[in-house]
Amino acid sequence: MFITRLTLTAAIAGATLASAAAVQAADISGAGATFPYPIYSAWAKTYKEKTGTGLNYQAIGSGGGIKQIESRTVTFGASDKPLGGDELEKNTLVQFPTVMGGIVPVVNVEGIKPGELVLDGETLAKIYEGKITKWNDPAIAKLNEGVKLPDAAIAVVHRSDGSGTTFNYTYYLASVDETWKNDIGVSTAVEWPVGLGAKGNQGVAANVDQTKNSIGYVEYAYALQNNMTYTDMINKAGKKVAPKAEAFAAAAANADWSSQPGFGVILANQPGDKTWPMTAATFILMHKDAKDGAASTEALKFFDWAYANGGDAAAKLDYIPMPENVVAQIKKEWGQIKGKDGSAVWSMNH
Amino acid sequence: MTATSDYDSGVKSTRPVAQSDRIFGSLTLAAAVVVLLVLLGVFASLVMGAWPAFKEYGLPFLWTAKWNPVTDKFGALAPLCGTVVTSIIAMVIAVPVGLGIAIFLTETCPRVLRRPLGIAIELLAGIPSIIYGIWGLFVFAPFMQSYIQPFLIDTLGHVPVIGTLFAGPPYGIGMLTAGLILAMMILPFIASLARDIFQTVPPMLRESAYGMGMTRWEVNRHIVIPHVRTALVGGIMLSLGRALGETMAVTFVIGNAHRISGSILAPGTTISAAIANEFTEATTPIYTSSLIALGLVLFILTFIVLAAAQWMLKRMKQKSGA
Repeated sequence: MFITRLTLTAAIAGATLASAAAVQAADISGAGATFPYPIYSAWAKTYKEKTGTGLNYQAIGSGGGIKQIESRTVTFGASDKPLGGDELEKNTLVQFPTVMGGIVPVVNVEGIKPGELVLDGETLAKIYEGKITKWNDPAIAKLNEGVKLPDAAIAVVHRSDGSGTTFNYTYYLASVDETWKNDIGVSTAVEWPVGLGAKGNQGVAANVDQTKNSIGYVEYAYALQNNMTYTDMINKAGKKVAPKAEAFAAAAANADWSSQPGFGVILANQPGDKTWPMTAATFILMHKDAKDGAASTEALKFFDWAYANGGDAAAKLDYIPMPENVVAQIKKEWGQIKGKDGSAVWSMNH
Repeated sequence: MTATSDYDSGVKSTRPVAQSDRIFGSLTLAAAVVVLLVLLGVFASLVMGAWPAFKEYGLPFLWTAKWNPVTDKFGALAPLCGTVVTSIIAMVIAVPVGLGIAIFLTETCPRVLRRPLGIAIELLAGIPSIIYGIWGLFVFAPFMQSYIQPFLIDTLGHVPVIGTLFAGPPYGIGMLTAGLILAMMILPFIASLARDIFQTVPPMLRESAYGMGMTRWEVNRHIVIPHVRTALVGGIMLSLGRALGETMAVTFVIGNAHRISGSILAPGTTISAAIANEFTEATTPIYTSSLIALGLVLFILTFIVLAAAQWMLKRMKQKSGA
C-alpha cells in the first residue's frame, strides 16, 4: 500500500512540476515559509490585477523553502529562519527580509476572550516542557488575578513539520528559560517533551480550535483570520503587551540589520517597554547565479513593487513593512544576482 | 474444445495461433516481471537512501525511541510502535464487524436491503482517505474529546492493570482515535471482500447443510467460513497492509508526537505519518536518510506480515489435509 502511494505521489508531483514549468513564463514561482503566506497571497492578488503577472507560492514551510531553492526548483525560496553567512556562501544565495510579524500564543479555554489571558516567557516554556499541566496552576493564576481558570489539563499543540515559526518560537523560549536552552534547544523542529503536532500554521490553528483547553502558537495573521483567542505577554522589560503592529514595530526598531550577513537578525526577546517578545522577520532566498535570469527579474520586480506599495496590505494583517533604509540596502544586494550572461538581472531603473 | 476451433474453422494453419499464444505468453510474463523489477527498484533505492542512517546509528535505530532534529539523533521505535498499535486497534474492531456485515448480507439480509446496503459499503470504500482525515479532525475528534474519552478515563482508567491504557487528558486526537478512523476505513474493504468471498460458496453446500437441520450459526461456523478460510485470511491481510500504510487520515488525527506512551489516548505517530509530515522539512542529510530508513522499516514490516499470512495459509492447508 505504501509503495503504491509513494509511486502515485511521485507521479502526481511529476505532473505538477511539468505543468508548473509550462506556466513559468507568466508566473513567478516560490516556495517556503507558511508564516508570511497570508501577506504574500494578498500582495500576489493585487499584483496580478495590476501587471498580469501571477505568483505561484507554495507554503510548505521554511525547511522546504531552503531545500527547494538549493535544488533550484523555484525562483525564490522563503524562510523564517535566516541562513548564516557560510550557508549563504556555500549555496551562492542572496538573502533579504520582506516583512516582520509576530508569533502569538493562542488558547482555547472556555470563557476566555482574546487578550484576557497574560503569560510570560518562563510560564510558556514550562507549559511546553510539560512542567505546568493545569490551567489553574499557581504560576498562571499569579499572572492572571481575577480571571477564572478551569481545573483542566492543558493540551499543548506544536508544529509537526520543520518550520521557521518554530525556530523563532524556540529561540524565544531558549532565551528566557535555561532548561529549554540546555535540554531542548533551538531549531525548525525539536524533540517536544509534551503535546501533539499539527502541520503548518493552519494546522495548529485548526487543532487549537478543535481541542478544548489547548494552547498553541501561530503567526498573528492566522490568529486574526481564524478569530482565535490570543494571549498578551510580559516582555523583557517586565511590561504587559498586546500583539499589535506597534508592538512588533518596537521590536524591529532597534535591530541592527547590517550586523548579520543577509540581514539575518533574529528579533526575539528584544528590549523596550512596548516590544512584543516573539517578533520575527521572514526572508527570501535567491541564487546569485540565476538559471533563468528573466524569471529572477520578474521576482525582484514583484518584491520591489511590494516594498513600495504593499505597506497597507501588510498593515491590515498586522505585518510590519521593512524600514526604507533597509529596503535601500536590500536593493543594493540585488545587484549581486546575475543571469547566465553574467550581467545583473536587476538595475535600479527598472 | 480449443478456443480456436470455432473461429478459424480449420482453414488457416495452426501456426499463427501458436505464435499469438507465444506473444501473449511473453507479454503476460513481461507484465509480471515489471512488477518484480519495480519492487526490487523500490527496495534498492530505499536501502541506498537509508544507508547513511544505518551507518550512523546501526541496528539500534530500530529500538531507539529518540527523535531529535536538534542533535540529529533519530530512532524508529516510536513511529514503529504507533504503526503497530493503531493497526491492531483497527483490526480488532474492523475484522469481526466486517465479517458480521458480510455474513448478514449473504445469509440473513432481506432481499430488499441487499442492494442498497451493498452499494453503501462500496461507496464507503471509495471515499478518499483525506476526507476521512478531515472528518476525523473536525467532527470525530471533538466528539471523542467531549464524550468517549472522558467516559473511558472515568471508568476504565481506574481499573488496575488496564487502567494505564486509558490514562491522561482527553486530547480528542491520539492513538485510539487514529485506530478508530483506520477501522472505519478498512471496514468496508473487509466487508465487501468477505461478501464476495462468501458468495463463492456453492449454494448446494449451504442447502444440504440446512437440509440436514443445521442452524444458521452452525452453517456459517462449520460450512461457510471453513470453506473460504484461505481467501478470507488473504483478504484480512490485504486490509492489514492497507492499515499499516495509511497516511493522510492518520496524520490528521494521531497527534504527530514522537513518543511512546502507555496510554492509547495519548498522541503518537506512525511511520507513514512521520514521513508525510517531515519529509519536505528534513533539513540535514541524516534527517532525510532517517526518514527513508523509516520507509524501509515499513517496507520490511509489510513484507513480514504478508509472508506470515502465506505461512499461516500453508499451515491451514496442511492441517485440513488439502
